Amino acid sequence: MSAVQMTVDADGIATLTMDLVDRPMNVLNEALMAPFADYIAKIEADAAIKGVILTSAKREFLAGADIDMVFGITDPKLAFEVAERLKQMLRRLELCGRPVVAALNGTALGGGLEVALACHWRVAINDPKAKFGLPEVKLGLLPGGGGTQRLPRMIGIQASLPLMLEGKELNVEAAKQQGIINELAADKAEMLAKAKSWCLANPKPVQPWDDKKFKWPGGDARHPAVVQVFAIAPSMAGAKTQGNYPAATNIMSCVYEGGIVDFESGCRIESRYFANLVVSQVSKNMIGTLWFQLNSINKGKSRPEGFPKSKVQKLGILGAGMMGAGIAYVSAKVGIECVLLDSTIEAAEKGKAYSAGLLDKAIKKGRETPAGKGVFLDRIKATTDYADLAGCDLVIEAVFEDRAIKADVTKKTEAVIPATATFASNTSTLPITGLATASLRPEQFIGLHFFSPVDKMPLVEIIIGEKTSKATLAKGFDYVQQIKKTPIVVNDSRGFYTSRSFATYVMEGMALLQEGQHPRSIEMAGLKAGMPVGPLALQDEVSLSLSVHVMEQTKKDLAAEGKPYVGHPSEPLILKMCKELNRPGKKAGKGFYDYPEAGTKGEKKLWPELTTVFPLKEQLSQQELVERMMFAQANEAARCFEENVVMTVADANIGSIFGWGFAPHQGGALQYINAYGVSKFVARAEALAVQYGPRFKPAAILVKMAGEGKRFE
Amino acid sequence: MNEAFIFDAVRTPRGKGKKDGSLHEVTPVHLLGNLFNALENRNSLDTSQVDDVVIGCVTPVGEQGADIARTAILYSGWAENVPGVTQSRFCASGLESVNLAAMKVMSGQEDLIVAGGVESMSRWPMGSDGGAWAMDPRINEQLGFAPQGIGADLIASLEGFSRHDVDAFAVRSQQLAAKAHAAGRFAKTLVPVRDLNGMIVLDHDETVRGSTTTDSLSSLKASFEQMGVMGFDSTALRKYTTLEKINHVHHAGNSSGIVDGAALMLIGSAPKGKALGLKPRARIRSVAVIGSEPTIMLTGIAPAAEKALRKAGMSIKDIDLFEINEAFAAVVMKAVRALNIDMDKVNVNGGSIAMGHPLGATGCIILATLLDELERQDKQVGLASLCVGAGMGIATIIERV
Repeated sequence: MSAVQMTVDADGIATLTMDLVDRPMNVLNEALMAPFADYIAKIEADAAIKGVILTSAKREFLAGADIDMVFGITDPKLAFEVAERLKQMLRRLELCGRPVVAALNGTALGGGLEVALACHWRVAINDPKAKFGLPEVKLGLLPGGGGTQRLPRMIGIQASLPLMLEGKELNVEAAKQQGIINELAADKAEMLAKAKSWCLANPKPVQPWDDKKFKWPGGDARHPAVVQVFAIAPSMAGAKTQGNYPAATNIMSCVYEGGIVDFESGCRIESRYFANLVVSQVSKNMIGTLWFQLNSINKGKSRPEGFPKSKVQKLGILGAGMMGAGIAYVSAKVGIECVLLDSTIEAAEKGKAYSAGLLDKAIKKGRETPAGKGVFLDRIKATTDYADLAGCDLVIEAVFEDRAIKADVTKKTEAVIPATATFASNTSTLPITGLATASLRPEQFIGLHFFSPVDKMPLVEIIIGEKTSKATLAKGFDYVQQIKKTPIVVNDSRGFYTSRSFATYVMEGMALLQEGQHPRSIEMAGLKAGMPVGPLALQDEVSLSLSVHVMEQTKKDLAAEGKPYVGHPSEPLILKMCKELNRPGKKAGKGFYDYPEAGTKGEKKLWPELTTVFPLKEQLSQQELVERMMFAQANEAARCFEENVVMTVADANIGSIFGWGFAPHQGGALQYINAYGVSKFVARAEALAVQYGPRFKPAAILVKMAGEGKRFE
Repeated sequence: MNEAFIFDAVRTPRGKGKKDGSLHEVTPVHLLGNLFNALENRNSLDTSQVDDVVIGCVTPVGEQGADIARTAILYSGWAENVPGVTQSRFCASGLESVNLAAMKVMSGQEDLIVAGGVESMSRWPMGSDGGAWAMDPRINEQLGFAPQGIGADLIASLEGFSRHDVDAFAVRSQQLAAKAHAAGRFAKTLVPVRDLNGMIVLDHDETVRGSTTTDSLSSLKASFEQMGVMGFDSTALRKYTTLEKINHVHHAGNSSGIVDGAALMLIGSAPKGKALGLKPRARIRSVAVIGSEPTIMLTGIAPAAEKALRKAGMSIKDIDLFEINEAFAAVVMKAVRALNIDMDKVNVNGGSIAMGHPLGATGCIILATLLDELERQDKQVGLASLCVGAGMGIATIIERV
């Protein structure tokens, strides 16, 4: 069956209905575009057709471009042609000489919205779940179907820039307010009726940009007010992107240059910048990881097969601190009954109050109602009584990182929960296999490593202990998806995957300080690398005293196991900061930074004495600092892959971006190596090892891959 | 005095200066950027050795404003220590850049200069920058302002050039340009404009029409008749009292085309060239600029050429080939008559009537064309000259080495 169907009614109004066979959503692929173009030709040739309504038979109107096709393109000429072809088709549609209305039955994103923008009028069903926007930037691309030309001509340069630069997805109300949607309808019937009556009332519509008297709303790119906008826009974007996202630059160029020239020239300019992005390494990195790999994770690639999908009804949470409180919030949010247990009722209630605080904020923003807050909070029971855990399908402990305490709560819990229940530890450092020895049912024991703040961080690292069963893993995986987070699955190891790899970033930053690099240059290089925070500020957040604690614990554990301890050059610095200088981190108000006193306003400032305590030596280039910090992380991630700590490339890449904020434009820690070139990476790592120490020695798997000409697939 | 040499020259093709022209979608900074990169690559140039960049631009507003020379240097990734200046001597700006560069080198103060020009006439149309000459009525009146086309028609009327005469000159320009293109005579200097993907946007001069005939031109309406009748003619005739009437003969087909384009030339001293492994192609013998009567405006070529010849200690007979900018057909015809030279030596590969006149760049382009042709014919000395707005003229004499 054709992906587009056309019916013509007695008044000569043609309705084109998009309905891609075998796809859950409509996307602009060949199967859809070919019949679409055919029908446009038919409409052009048929004088009996007086108007056109474009709609969809799916829940969504049109979800966007065919990412598979875009991802496969490596020749800019081909990318240019693809964009030009879509644009020519849309151009014919809007110049077909009769009214064309987009009847938006649901979401229209990216190419989907661009198709709608090429229609003369847009009417949408008032569905609060529908989304409208041009989110291409999130995959390192730009709207290549004329979106960068039509939207600014429709709503003005100033209003359209943030929509494209941030890839904002608007709900139907906001889209109407912005002038992207012209009219709302209560349901499908009303939408189609309104579309039809508009067609009948406007037999010869002309797009604003095709009107000889067209004036840019808010002025074109020559207008003094717009000149001011473009003067600061690159700095505003750069403050967020550090220049790592060519899509942002190219979008600004499309809008700016399009604002100097006519519509047709602007469209060609857009195709050129689109082609540039399609073949760019950054878009390949982002699409590969944040689209394909993320989708494969969400589809359950790392979930063992053969176990029915499970759902947690009642959840126990041990420890109502930051993590426990956050876990309660995200779980109650999806309707799970939560028991939040701590040693005192005050502590437990404080944990519950965390949810109340977040809900109050949501009420202020109009995203929650007082009644909804009540229902939400009723799902969380604050308690000190282990008996309340009876009937839990899953219990997550988030108590202090101490084996004895963890063992104690495990025993107390298992005494009351059903024999079928899963027990999870939210430890970020202690091996799961060891913790599971305290359990009666180690096969039902698993690690669920949340990240702080739990309500914001999208990742949960699932850790399989030696005895953890596949059924337990499936249950853990299902729970993580139930709370709408992304699960990665890793094997048990010290620091697992994320903490272990993340630590190398912070430690390398400190090693650089120890070597006499300027602290601000180190922080700046971290940001330029694409990390969300500089390594020294991060270490302050984590706290130096915790690092000392982990270091000492690790030494003890390894000694007990009879294994050698390999120190890191940053360790003397951590000890000096913590023990000699008494600057343990942010919590104490002093670490690498001085922090304003609690409750007072002000910004953190690098401790001025740092350069005295760690005297400056010859300064390395920013590029060298960036590479050292990125190589440290990527190499460690590769070692984790080599040791089977992390088992799939998708988990490694997504875990790095979602877990510790590894530069998204690099597509994750392993993709960084792909993009750098495995052989080149190995050579550079060896050179770094000679210069800065054996920690840079390339992971054995990389040397092997380089030899075989392989990359992470 | 030191000698100044031309080492290399590059130019963009000229694109039709309207919204359907191929270069309309290319920013003027990018036009220059293409050429800076070409100049660097062709000469394996250590750009930090360049003392200055002089760029002509007649409408330095918007994207061409704020010293486009310096902007384009940085955009092109050249060394930060290379400064840049943008100047305007109206239509002579491109050659003015060359002359300033030559004088910088000759003075001994500087050793290596990039000279050139740019004009995106489709994006920043002529006149976008205003100017008291036309817009301030007191000054307009005092200077006897009339548009160039009126001056060109005035020249034709004074010299007795008929509509057919000027159209025949236009046909010559088109035919020679088409022939030159077909023979690849611009290949040495012409660098295709590429987008950021490396895709070619334009690789040939877009307005050349070898099929042009005086018949096909005869249907075109005179461009300046209406405004002449409205008042400009009387302003001109108050100065040119022997003339009863201006015969309006110029139109879009026998005037220089409105186009987008850019050009650069690498100019320096012999020792600097030697140190950088640059081969001198020609010596700049002399440069000259003059002022002439501003209402007729376009008669400065002959006096400028004569001044340059005097400075060089040469006579008109020493010149093997001429490039005289085809601002309007009558301008070149008048200059040829005034200098008493053979038309067969003039604009032998066509000119701005066929290929267009990107105001800020043209002077540099025609000098490069002249040098290429001297080399092709193995001749020695050439003279390039342009008429200039507000009554000026410019000339440059080069000699192959």
